[in-house]
Amino acid sequence: MSLHKHKTFSIGGVHPDENKLSAHTPITPLELPKMVIIPITQHIGAPAKIIVQRGDAVKAGQIIATHEGFVSSNIHSSVSGKVGIIEEVMDSTGFKHTAISIRVKGDEWVENIDRTDTLIEEVALSPKEIVARIMESGVVGMGGAAFPSHVKLSVPEGKHVDHLIINGVECEPFLTADHRLMVEKPKEIIVGVKILMKALGVDKAIIGIEDNKADAIEIFENLLVTEPGISVEALEVQYPQGGEKQLIQALLNREVPSGGLPSDVGVIVHNVGTTYAIYQAVQKNIPLVERVVTVTGKSVKQPSNFLVRIGTPVIDVLIAAGGVPEDTGKIVSGGPMMGKAIADLDVPVAKGTSGILLIPKEDSMREEVYNCVHCGKCIEACPMGLEPYRLLLLAKKGNHSRAKEEHIIDCIECGSCSFVCPSNRPILDYIRLGKTQLKKQKKP
Amino acid sequence: MSTEIIYTVISLTAIGIIAAVVIYFVSKKFAVQEDPRISNVESVLPNTNCGGCGHPGCHAFAVAVVNAGDLSSLHCPVGGNSVMKRVADILGVQAVEKDPYIAVVRCSGSFEHRKKTSVYNGTSSCKIEANLYSGDTGCAYGCLGHGDCVDVCDFDAMYIDEKTGLPVIVEDKCTACNACVNECPKDILELWPKGKKNQRVYVACLNEEKGSTARKECAVACSGCSKCFESCRYDAISMVNNLAHIDPDKCKLCMECVGTCDVHNIITANVTPEKLQQGDEQRLKHEERARKKREAEKLAAQQSNNEPPQA
Amino acid sequence: MSAGLLTVSPSPHIHSELTVPQIMRAVIIAMVPAFLLAIYNFGLGAVYLTALSVFFCVAIEYLIARYLLNKSASIYDGSAVITGVLLAFNVPSNLPWYIILIGSMVSIGIGKMSFGGLGNNPFNPALVGRVFLLLSFPVQMTSWPIAKATLSLDAITSATPLGIFKEGLRAGESVQALMTKMPSYADFFFGTQSGSLGEMSTFALLIGLAYMLYKKIITWHIPVSMLVTVFVITGIFWLIDPSKYATPLFHILTGGVMLGAVFMATDYVTSPFTHRGMLIFGFGIGLLTVLIRLFGSYPEGVSFAILIMNAVVPFINRFAKEPRYGAKRAKDKELETVMH
Repeated sequence: MSLHKHKTFSIGGVHPDENKLSAHTPITPLELPKMVIIPITQHIGAPAKIIVQRGDAVKAGQIIATHEGFVSSNIHSSVSGKVGIIEEVMDSTGFKHTAISIRVKGDEWVENIDRTDTLIEEVALSPKEIVARIMESGVVGMGGAAFPSHVKLSVPEGKHVDHLIINGVECEPFLTADHRLMVEKPKEIIVGVKILMKALGVDKAIIGIEDNKADAIEIFENLLVTEPGISVEALEVQYPQGGEKQLIQALLNREVPSGGLPSDVGVIVHNVGTTYAIYQAVQKNIPLVERVVTVTGKSVKQPSNFLVRIGTPVIDVLIAAGGVPEDTGKIVSGGPMMGKAIADLDVPVAKGTSGILLIPKEDSMREEVYNCVHCGKCIEACPMGLEPYRLLLLAKKGNHSRAKEEHIIDCIECGSCSFVCPSNRPILDYIRLGKTQLKKQKKP
Repeated sequence: MSTEIIYTVISLTAIGIIAAVVIYFVSKKFAVQEDPRISNVESVLPNTNCGGCGHPGCHAFAVAVVNAGDLSSLHCPVGGNSVMKRVADILGVQAVEKDPYIAVVRCSGSFEHRKKTSVYNGTSSCKIEANLYSGDTGCAYGCLGHGDCVDVCDFDAMYIDEKTGLPVIVEDKCTACNACVNECPKDILELWPKGKKNQRVYVACLNEEKGSTARKECAVACSGCSKCFESCRYDAISMVNNLAHIDPDKCKLCMECVGTCDVHNIITANVTPEKLQQGDEQRLKHEERARKKREAEKLAAQQSNNEPPQA
Repeated sequence: MSAGLLTVSPSPHIHSELTVPQIMRAVIIAMVPAFLLAIYNFGLGAVYLTALSVFFCVAIEYLIARYLLNKSASIYDGSAVITGVLLAFNVPSNLPWYIILIGSMVSIGIGKMSFGGLGNNPFNPALVGRVFLLLSFPVQMTSWPIAKATLSLDAITSATPLGIFKEGLRAGESVQALMTKMPSYADFFFGTQSGSLGEMSTFALLIGLAYMLYKKIITWHIPVSMLVTVFVITGIFWLIDPSKYATPLFHILTGGVMLGAVFMATDYVTSPFTHRGMLIFGFGIGLLTVLIRLFGSYPEGVSFAILIMNAVVPFINRFAKEPRYGAKRAKDKELETVMH
């Protein structure tokens, strides 16, 4: 590590314990499950339209639900087998959504998919073809938000993009999926970056990585010596640096305006996981049917990183990591700061599931709530420079117009305020509620 | 010493008098001219500022009433017909009678009937839980039981029953102000006509799952079996999305449907056991009659079939 | 398989180590050096008085919470202990027990619980009690035992350096003459002046400050802004007329400035939320303190200054906001649209 202090974002931020337990466990492919359950809403936007029926035989990589409109995504079968029941099931969002179950039989792939490990460096497709291929392959943002990638690549008229940022920050404690991917597939990721640069027509790309992943930074530094347009930047560890807006500020010192998009300041951000998926889609014709999932937690027997087929029930992934420990109190899909707790173990792994975190019983309950002591720690922590304590009060009272004036919509729900609050106040609970109600108010 | 006290008293009195005079002139000078009927109307309104009429408060309602002149679209649910009559008298217009309403709880999934499937550990608020996931029981439609409705009730007309975990409406106190209905994220609460002799009958379930799934989620869920639907002779019951719903406008309170429900989830209010029994007997009679009629028809059909086709 | 149901709650699923009771504990630890020095100076009287004050405060909070507000007792968060210690720190060590009882009742009962307990009080409870006592029992509250005089409770009393100073100036003595009567700056710094229990030693208080800063309980903004303000303004007056005004160092080291800057003004509940607000708040306290000291009738003005600024805090909170992400750019954009 170099001696000078690394860059980081300037407003707010917190330092939760990193707990990267599985940082040195290589990615291993998970054994095929007996059955997968593939929800048709794994992305932001309209649900996909189902085009298979019960009893149909499908191959891995075959489209089973097509995108409805532009902001939507194709869904592919992640296994070969027979389509089973199509019904509403509980998914990792905590609500019921329609899902297609597929009984696994063998592992037969669609013919034009290249499953070999050979690296294809030359990007043959034109920018338009690249976007079309990404759309066809159902690639969505794999950092958690699951925003369809082809939408991000279609920069609106009149906006000039000069930088591509690749998000290798992985600021969530415990998670190591992106870290392992960067260590094991750096060459593929670099080709992915080139594909994205070609699609966007930019000549500068920065890979931002927090300095707790020194091995990944070193690998990229060595590989990028011969790549003039792409650089790697080490960043000081601080949560939530993986937030698009924070990362842009940390790397380029530009601030995305309130309610705006990164493209407003000439930047497009993609996650490393997404970049790898884009490499696979464009160079190897592999649609997004599997992803790296970290299984971790203090009492997990073997904290691991698995290559998991989309739709695999969480329980199968957990069993591969040594089973569910006796003292498990809470299971979180995603990281501890922004992940969603799941209520049952049959929930399928979706495109946005970056990890499964097991929290022991003694840590799973919230502590006693005290009155607000006006310490101001939530304000210090808020990466958007908001006043979370005030937003809590306004949301609780239902004073939506004032909450809007206080920019409640700017909240990125990173959870830093609730994390630091010494009174254990449920600040984010109420802010989230206030945001939902404000949005509801706007609609009718 | 005594002179000091006298000076103090005199000076304070003088200040008081001067202040009073100033206030008098200011209030005269800057008095806001308002239609005197507004304050008259306001004085007969309940002045609870509950918002049940759809206006921000009683004053706003009074302004609206005076400006409208016609009472057909304006009604104070809290004051009811008696208050609206007095308002109409003040304005010299015709009062419009409205049937009184009351809130009903359309969920019967008590602790006993609806097993928990997870432990909710967030802020104790239905809205926040509903925002997070479908709920800590299997039923995604049922009451969450944190009592957001109780918190917004201005009339002390609700409480959460600790045994069942469900809200209970206190009939005498509920004014049908709609506050709880607006608050409930699961739309469990609904305004219902108070009914003849305060009698009401409704299905206390909102579960739209298929029968078997619904019953797995809650022992008293409406499975959509349609028995009540078939028993109704007034077309008041509809089956939509595996869920029975009684239309209070069409319901004649005959109570014949009540006994058909396997899980006793057709709830009645202020109905005597005798009347319920009477309803059951009536239904059986009708069923018997219908059965006989069917048999007769069958017989007739058989006979016509039995007649050999002779050319 | 795990037995039992899984817990579900909204994110975040982890929490920082720091909680209210821990913060309160850290503040209490930070007060230990000043307390030890008080024992060294005033002997067992200091222990007796502090123990009494803490006991009364905790007991009154418990009784009010339990029987008047019907809440579960809130004494375990430790905030009543802090109020008790601070109240004791702010009074002479020979105060009779019934006066400290009255002070505790006013502090906790009126200053804190009447607003709804911890977090809701607009004014620093210990100071509310202290000022009430100062106005109600002026004689007892201003007869300060001389440090290290004796271990018994009936110590010989004298005025504080600030008091002597003010009286002397009124009597027409020059600063230079008065300064010769004073202990040295080193004595002020290490704390062998006469005065309230906890305000004796700048050194002991600075140790406490350093501990709280290290533990990230408080930030530097309020103490630094307050001390710099006092130093600069008294410095200006001293430069104008050294024969009428004391040196800035004298003002910083004597009286309650240090105690106020470290423990009283930094009270979370009654200070602003934001760093900008804290700077304004500290400046206001410094300014008012100097004005009262130099031109008021009291020799000391820290308590009043803090209470007055406490009242201004809601306004400070309203207007002193931290820079918001994206705000700068939004402004630029507005300008752009205006210009085009």
